Amino acid sequence: MAKNVVILGGGTGGTMVANHLARTMRSEIKRGEISVTQITADADHVYQPSFLFAAINHARIEDYTRPQQSLLSPGVNLVVDPATKIDTGANKVITASGATFPYDKLVIATGAYPDFNSMPGLAEVADNFYTAEGTVKLREKLTNFTGGKIVITIDVPHKCPVAPLELVFMLDELYREKGIRDKVDLLYTYPIGRLHSLEPVATWAQPEFEKRGINWECFCNVDSVDPQKKVVNTLEGSEIPFDILISIPAHKGAQVIIDSELGDEGGFIPTDRYTLKADGYDNIYVLGDATNLPVSKAGSTAHYEADVVAENLISELRGLTPSHYYDGKVFCFVEAGLNKATYVSFSYTKPPTPTPPTEMIHWFKLAFNEMYWLSARGIL
Amino acid sequence: MADVKVDKSIDARGSYCPGPLMELIKSIKGAEVGSVIEVLSSDLGSAKDIPEWVAKVGHELVYNEKASDGEYWRIAVKKVK
Repeated sequence: MAKNVVILGGGTGGTMVANHLARTMRSEIKRGEISVTQITADADHVYQPSFLFAAINHARIEDYTRPQQSLLSPGVNLVVDPATKIDTGANKVITASGATFPYDKLVIATGAYPDFNSMPGLAEVADNFYTAEGTVKLREKLTNFTGGKIVITIDVPHKCPVAPLELVFMLDELYREKGIRDKVDLLYTYPIGRLHSLEPVATWAQPEFEKRGINWECFCNVDSVDPQKKVVNTLEGSEIPFDILISIPAHKGAQVIIDSELGDEGGFIPTDRYTLKADGYDNIYVLGDATNLPVSKAGSTAHYEADVVAENLISELRGLTPSHYYDGKVFCFVEAGLNKATYVSFSYTKPPTPTPPTEMIHWFKLAFNEMYWLSARGIL
Repeated sequence: MADVKVDKSIDARGSYCPGPLMELIKSIKGAEVGSVIEVLSSDLGSAKDIPEWVAKVGHELVYNEKASDGEYWRIAVKKVK
């Protein structure tokens, strides 16, 4: 009887694990000894980093959307039917249609989702570039903007931690090109006492802000939003008026994790930081934004974790001892405007050391936007 | 420290991004008033920036000390409002 590997989630992490497994274990799959099933809510796979560029009309989301089936290696069974319950006692997953998928090994890569109901007033008035619908709406506002105050607020936890910083640099240059920068007040806010959690990034960004006339407020945690007065109230006691509020709200885990009571208070799954196994479950791996690990919720995190999860699964399925460990590695490009970028790379033990932004790194980022599909397929 | 009941301990050692303070803010927001949250941090900056944020928001710093092996800090905060 075949051993069933069920992968929940059709994003970066789930897709990479599915393809890595199916390619390496193609012989076992052909012989019917292993089955690999990926369960996802969406038939399409969207490259979410495109939202940053789409928000200023420098990319089209449809150009970064592909059918999930087209990304999968032969040997992966795709099920487009949202998972609604994980029954860890019976080792099975139940989907919205009522279908049941028993598993020997389960991989959870169900992601994180911005919660616009995480505080009063936010959903009524805030814009965002963390969802496809929000990005399209924001694009219209940003490209038609003629002047006023744009405020960026950031709550925790959130994915893609450098994106808000990148957006403010891009808006600065966009409105300079348009010749209206003197009419635009850009205010970037951040929850802690510097401009970014990565200290070298904060140290680099502050003089850039000063040079460009970008305003900032640190120790700024939104408590509520008044949609009528268009004012943000913070935990620290500030009242911040805005014309456009771009919010990165607190994220929460997937509904199936919350409903299956597998997550912490935010719906994130307690996970071993090295083995990536769910705490207390020897047959469940967790990766990407779904974990509770103190690492960036980013595609590159899922990418590095996927290699560990897939290799250890292969070992276990072949009766070997798993021997790969996640070292906390993260790699992020950081756009510093419309034409330059830098990058940060760090792990649990190695702090980041960003280099000065260059045009070449910007072009490499744009090239990676196209090469991503090779990564999702497990080739790059 | 021995007399303090910690309701939740966050192991943020090795966390550069989001970092220990961001992890603390996330947990404090979801905690009940009166809860004590402890953060383990290998970042020297936490010993300074966590108390600074706690004072700004008006919570209570319960302790802020180096672990016995000297490799990391244990910082506990009580949510008071």
